[in-house]
Amino acid sequence: MNQCLQTIQDYGLRSLGLGERLLPRSGFTLCEQVTLIGSGLIWNVYFAALALLFGFFLANALAVAKASRNPWARKPAEWFIFLFRGSPLFIQFFLAYELLVQLPRAGIDVLGITVQTSWMTRAWAGALLVLMLNTAAYSAEIFYGALRNLPKGELEAADAYGMAGWTRWRRVVWPTAMRLAWPAYTNEAIFLFHATTLVFFSGFPAFQQRGDALYYANYFADKTFNPFIAYPIVAGYFVLLTLGLIALFGLVNRRLNRHLPGAAKKIRYRPNLIR
Amino acid sequence: MLSHCTDPSALQGLAWLSCYLTTGNHMLFYASFGTVLLLLAITAPVALLFGFGGAMASRSRIAGVRWFGRIYTSMVRGVPDIIFFLFVPIALDQGFEWLRSRVYCDPSVPVRQGNEFIVCAAAKLPLSTSPEWVHQAYGIFLAVIAFAVVFGAFAANVLHGAMNAVPRAQLETAEAYGMTPRQVNRRILVPQMWTYALPGLANLWMILIKATPLLFVLGVEDIVYWARELGGAKTRAYAYPHPDWRLYYFLAILVFYLLMTWGSERIFDRIRARLSRGQATAAGEAMRKAAT
Repeated sequence: MNQCLQTIQDYGLRSLGLGERLLPRSGFTLCEQVTLIGSGLIWNVYFAALALLFGFFLANALAVAKASRNPWARKPAEWFIFLFRGSPLFIQFFLAYELLVQLPRAGIDVLGITVQTSWMTRAWAGALLVLMLNTAAYSAEIFYGALRNLPKGELEAADAYGMAGWTRWRRVVWPTAMRLAWPAYTNEAIFLFHATTLVFFSGFPAFQQRGDALYYANYFADKTFNPFIAYPIVAGYFVLLTLGLIALFGLVNRRLNRHLPGAAKKIRYRPNLIR
Repeated sequence: MLSHCTDPSALQGLAWLSCYLTTGNHMLFYASFGTVLLLLAITAPVALLFGFGGAMASRSRIAGVRWFGRIYTSMVRGVPDIIFFLFVPIALDQGFEWLRSRVYCDPSVPVRQGNEFIVCAAAKLPLSTSPEWVHQAYGIFLAVIAFAVVFGAFAANVLHGAMNAVPRAQLETAEAYGMTPRQVNRRILVPQMWTYALPGLANLWMILIKATPLLFVLGVEDIVYWARELGGAKTRAYAYPHPDWRLYYFLAILVFYLLMTWGSERIFDRIRARLSRGQATAAGEAMRKAAT
């Protein structure tokens, strides 16, 4: 037990570069595997949380642009969504890495200030960017569908109240669209969370062996030739966190539907799509 | 190999490019697109079969079979698919080798020795003496199984939903005619469910297309592998030296996938329109209105 506490102290934050530098080489205990894989999970949560946060705003903008009548706004949004939904996330990671490596090493001069670019090729920034754009494209399609399915009566009611423009959008259109889109968006969030496992298997190298949960699980499975311990551990972690994610989004769903008695049903988790 | 390509260093411009793009390795690169298409062609029906079995099992009246079906379909949902892509091939490979080791090797020697998984040479799969293509084919075979297991679970979800969507009255009518449950399944349920399953299956096909680059993770020499091999910077030691061109190779792959998904979308639109013609659904109603 004490030994395990020591292991947690040594490796609990290994994926962030804190604690013991060297990974265990032989005689892997169950505790070491659980700790290191859990430590890698920090990255998965980091990628998912930030990509969802930024992607949400971008997705809203894209959905509005796609629903717009002005072709100058609609066409770029349509192309962006097609590009990211039509190609595999895996390829997007590779391509983004190769693109970001092309940036000048010394940095770019903007108005006399040198902007450093080397950090963009690191996973924490580059992969986050790809994940954010990707989830924005998928969510935008969901929000766009919701915008098209707004009940006609609610819009007419808003018109009857004399609302127009921004007021109408903020008070009626957007809340209703969110309410309609939320179950689908919950699934999208889960897919994105699962997609974070791809980061260290694609272009972005794991810097000083600071990888995500699957990176460490793969390390153990390769070293012990035994897939039956490490992979179920990751799977268990992911099931737990997925349930947490569903609970969190369920709370938001309850809030969005609070004016409709009985409408805030439990979100049914209807998966499951890969990119 | 083209005839004018004997001395690559003397070539310029387009001639150089035409020779460069027809080297043996490039031919393997083009062939690997075939590998992807082959994987799609094999996996799709196999996964559909797995899915059909899973959906049938989860509707079974025998509790054990029903639980197996339920666990199979829900297992793949909560866990990232890539974990299965990494897990299933190793687990299968070790399973096969363990079975063979019980037959061909001394059974008293344990397979797991500390951190090692060791079987005798006769039980190795594929045998170390077999040619390279057997190793490749075996890798693809394991990949197909892994894809079929994961996508079978997705398909089982879709088909299970479609079976529930067939109007209950239809099945009850069949029962009233005195058909056995097996006959109801075969004559009423299965023929009618496809209309309801098509949107989900179409979606699944798109996802399957986009999952094929994961072959690279499984160690198959697929398009991603060749793009990295060929695109990497080549020094003077090579016949065709060039800087790091991986960006262009990945762009080509991206275009390939965009074309695949775009084309599939067009085809599914057609099938959808065809299936909803004259149907008592919202889509069918819209078509009727548009026609008049």
